[in-house]
Amino acid sequence: MSATTTKPKLKTSAMIASFADPGQKTTSAPFGHALAKAAETDSRIVGLTADLGKYTDMHIFAKAFPERFFQMGMAEQLLFGAAAGMAETGLVPFASTYSVFAARRAYDFLCLDIAEPNLNVNIVGGLPGLTTGYGPSHQATEDMAIFRGMPNLTIVDPCDSVDIEQAVPQLAASEGPTYLRLLRGNVPTVLDEYDYTFELGKAKVLRGGNDVVFVSSGLMTMRALQAADALAKHNVDVAVVHTPTIKPFDAETVLAEINTDRLAVTLENHTVVGGLFEIVASAVVTAGLGKRVVPVALPDQFLDAGALPTLHERYGLSVDRIVAKVLAELG
Amino acid sequence: MTLSSLDASEATASAPAPERISSIRAAAYRMRHHALNMGEVQGQGYVGQALGAADILAAVYGDQLRFRADDPHWEGRDRFLLSTGHYAIGHYAALAEAGIVPVEELETYGSDDSRLPMSGMSTYTPGMEISGGSLGHGLTIAVGMALGLRAQGSDSRIINFLSDGELDEGSTWEAAMGAHHHQLGKLTAVVDINALQADGATDTVLRTEPVTEKWEAFGWYTQRVDGNDAGALLAAFDNIASRSAAVGRPSVILCDTRVGRGVPLLENREKAHFMRIEEHEWQICREQLTAGYEGTASA
Repeated sequence: MSATTTKPKLKTSAMIASFADPGQKTTSAPFGHALAKAAETDSRIVGLTADLGKYTDMHIFAKAFPERFFQMGMAEQLLFGAAAGMAETGLVPFASTYSVFAARRAYDFLCLDIAEPNLNVNIVGGLPGLTTGYGPSHQATEDMAIFRGMPNLTIVDPCDSVDIEQAVPQLAASEGPTYLRLLRGNVPTVLDEYDYTFELGKAKVLRGGNDVVFVSSGLMTMRALQAADALAKHNVDVAVVHTPTIKPFDAETVLAEINTDRLAVTLENHTVVGGLFEIVASAVVTAGLGKRVVPVALPDQFLDAGALPTLHERYGLSVDRIVAKVLAELG
Repeated sequence: MTLSSLDASEATASAPAPERISSIRAAAYRMRHHALNMGEVQGQGYVGQALGAADILAAVYGDQLRFRADDPHWEGRDRFLLSTGHYAIGHYAALAEAGIVPVEELETYGSDDSRLPMSGMSTYTPGMEISGGSLGHGLTIAVGMALGLRAQGSDSRIINFLSDGELDEGSTWEAAMGAHHHQLGKLTAVVDINALQADGATDTVLRTEPVTEKWEAFGWYTQRVDGNDAGALLAAFDNIASRSAAVGRPSVILCDTRVGRGVPLLENREKAHFMRIEEHEWQICREQLTAGYEGTASA
């Protein structure tokens, strides 16, 4: 009798894993297409990257406008210094790399060459938060915490392709620097199901609910909406407030929703330190509201490598973990 | 309008005319006086650097740069980027000499609410293109300006002044590669090699030599000159002008200079990044400067 061995199929960790659910509606490279479209009417727009054009969807723009695309090589300090220099000449650069390299490696250049002179440079950061299983070298779990302290910088954390498509022309039109937490590749298309438009600086109530209020940004708004549907089956009625602009923060809209007797939960694809939870918490304290806020966020630690669904489950970003947390809170 | 500017088409690589050289020497002399006067207000400061770099800045503003003194933001201007923010004292002297900043304003250097802060910042001072100070930034910005101006059909030149200390910074070399890769022929880097940085002599802090070979290896048109010799500086700029093209190799002038140049008391003082000068010494410095310039200094 011959022995048969069956190895269990392993989950693998692709660098650029999509966080779209199987069968979910997606849009391909929404940033690249939106930038190319905006560039048709705004001749000031140029694109730069640091050897990550294909991985930040900048290649779409490069193909559409080769004369307005600048490859700066794997040199992030040069990327952002040069973007500042281009803006000084009247151009509107969109400069892309991974969020970790923008936030950690090139901070001084973003801060002093772009933010201090308040130049219209748009920083495009791929793999924000936990959107790769590649490990801490590529997981920008603290990018918002790093960037929030930088004066003049507008920070946008889009949920999906709808947000990205609508945000790009607004980022180009707004004075001063911006940081976009890029979702790239096949990006989920979610907000087209709602009565929603992206407005820079505004939070939007996507759905009402009597028991719980979710305040979320980025891809966690997608999860918040899915969790709200799941919680409805438990007879829990959940409102969802989407805050794609992290800074300046629309505290007025958020506090109006929080200042009720509903359970308040923040949801973010970011460490619990220095991100959406702390923004909401400080707004609550500043307004003098004696209100508890429950965070759904990544832990304050360097995260494991692995497959994204595994990691989102492990660190509490999955729909199942959100639902379980809310049910536990409600007792 | 411009002090005097040399049309590139008129440039030759032959020796600069004596009157051009004497004009730059005279400007550098006046700028050194400005720097001493500014330093005296503070009682200390980066006077040594300002004196050492005066000939370079005089050559740039007095002979090379295209600008309008009454319109510092004129679109057609050449761009001069000071990445060594602490050299601002020398740059302010040049801006005064160029008529962009009134001479009377120089005495506010480093004071509260002055437009002339200790470290140069674009948001404070007319004619100051960038905020330096965090070293190793200037050349990266210069690359972007050169790309941006060329893309928009401008023929403006971009001159980035940096120090040999900035050669420690990796970003300088990122930019050096980028400038060559993009063939930024209108970009010139001017490196002040005074062999001194904050913690001491450059060769004890982080050895940057051989500097000439490094820039050549990075693909730049490289010249090394005595940065306190106006004639040598003008000749180097002329060599660049004679080969200037929108698409071509960027150029660098490596300028060996002496901290405190023109004032023997300071030239011979123990070299310090931040030079202290006693109250009674300022007048001695001015007298030595004038004596040296007039060629009457005793041996």
